[in-house]
Amino acid sequence: MADKRMTPQEVVGRLESGMTIGIGGWGSRRKPMALVKAIVQSDLRDLTVVTFGGPDLGILCTAGKVKRAVYAFVAPDVAGATNKNSPVLEGHFRKARQSGAIEDEPYDEGMVLLGLQAAAWRVPFLPTRVGLGSDLLRDNPRLKTVTSPFDDGEELIAMPALELDAALVHMNRADERGNAVYLGPDPYFDDLMLAAAKVGFVSTERIVDTAELLKEAPPQALRINRAFVTGVVETPGGAAPTSCEPDYERDEDLHAKYMAAAKSDEAWDEFLAAWEAK
Amino acid sequence: MTTTTAARADVCAVAVAEAFRGDGEILANPIGTIPMVGGRLARATFEPDLQMTDGEAALIANDEAFEWPGGKVVELWNPYRSMFDIVWGGKRHVMMGATQVDQYGNQNIAAIGEYAKPKTQLLGYRGAPGNTVNNTTSYWVPSHSPQVLCAKVDTVTGVGYDRAAQLKGRTAEFHEIRRVITNLAVLDFETPDHRMRIRSVHPGVTTAEVQEATGFELVIPADVPTSRLPDDEELRLLYEVIDPKGLRLKEVPEA
Repeated sequence: MADKRMTPQEVVGRLESGMTIGIGGWGSRRKPMALVKAIVQSDLRDLTVVTFGGPDLGILCTAGKVKRAVYAFVAPDVAGATNKNSPVLEGHFRKARQSGAIEDEPYDEGMVLLGLQAAAWRVPFLPTRVGLGSDLLRDNPRLKTVTSPFDDGEELIAMPALELDAALVHMNRADERGNAVYLGPDPYFDDLMLAAAKVGFVSTERIVDTAELLKEAPPQALRINRAFVTGVVETPGGAAPTSCEPDYERDEDLHAKYMAAAKSDEAWDEFLAAWEAK
Repeated sequence: MTTTTAARADVCAVAVAEAFRGDGEILANPIGTIPMVGGRLARATFEPDLQMTDGEAALIANDEAFEWPGGKVVELWNPYRSMFDIVWGGKRHVMMGATQVDQYGNQNIAAIGEYAKPKTQLLGYRGAPGNTVNNTTSYWVPSHSPQVLCAKVDTVTGVGYDRAAQLKGRTAEFHEIRRVITNLAVLDFETPDHRMRIRSVHPGVTTAEVQEATGFELVIPADVPTSRLPDDEELRLLYEVIDPKGLRLKEVPEA
């Protein structure tokens, strides 16, 4: 029986510069930030990052690790309209885009789902109406149109498979074989990221016995299939500063430092020091 | 509560509610403070079958727009993945923001300036391309200006009527931009060529002021009504139930 436990550094050791890496979570929610931190501290570079973007992509941009961003949005998303601490725009990604430091591969957020699904199912594309009429066809040359072979003859967009060299996700609980459960409101697309990847790594708040995986959740929350998991990393607090409900909410103090860190090298160093101390 | 007079934010909330009139049993998905208040107002009054989100992974039955101090009444688990079943199946009317929107309802939330190397990177395309060719879309503009309502958007994220008219097959059928609601007026596209027109002006605002604040020529009918005021029951709901802390009043201050 495989014991897949490893350290964040061992995960990074399995990655290579130039790889395409999918990062799970959504915006400011349940991002595998301890693994992102290990990438920041490594020699890896020229990564293509596929993400429903939040601080993961922002930090990797400022750290100079990103060659290409594959995304639909980058935002410090939080629930509700009432959170005044939640500016809509993301300074790190913004800086990288505006300076031309990274290549840009934009999609609609549902297209990212289709691209991951296509990769997971080993087909070259999935058809969709999404993107027709918008400037996505102008701004993303990977997108092509396809004509339905059936009587309707509809013109649709072929969303290419987003094949990942590796996927990184963070879950509330996992066993040492890589089965994992989320306890928060949404699985996001973490299981699909793993299915779309050659190798997958799960960081988790706590490694538990297999028999304990369903102690805190119903069976349908047991969403991560160990056959798609190469390594499991126990990283308590490993999503910070993003949230990992119900274990913890977003770390607003650290998140504020992260947002401010786009403004100067000093603020960036201050954020890194605070993040490393976590 | 009957002595309360309607604030501009209340008029906006009613205009939002009116945008959902007739939608029936679909997901009303207004994004932003006043849209969330207005959507709730529609459901609490004349569109009781609407569904609404908690901004995360649940559809909830609560009349309150925010915080839900008494707890959420969840009627459906709706993670992001399920949302695409609703959107692509057309059972939704979304009200999005817009950094730019033009006379045919093309919207931009991705980037200002040349897309390849933008002057200002914004959110990204987000869900706008998929929303606009699959379900009904409206826009909420809390600060009406010629920069927002502009002659030409830099990047088309949300598809407008001129572009939808070029699309073949069923895509054009599924496309509807119903309203643009601003702090000054209610606008729609109910013209022969789907150019934006003034549907109503909020109390105290003239059509000339709306045109002045707009970066393209609006269609202005001979007789433009004033936006509907909330009735006593709507005011009670707004002030006592839906948004008792008055968050909407901060989003659109009094003129």
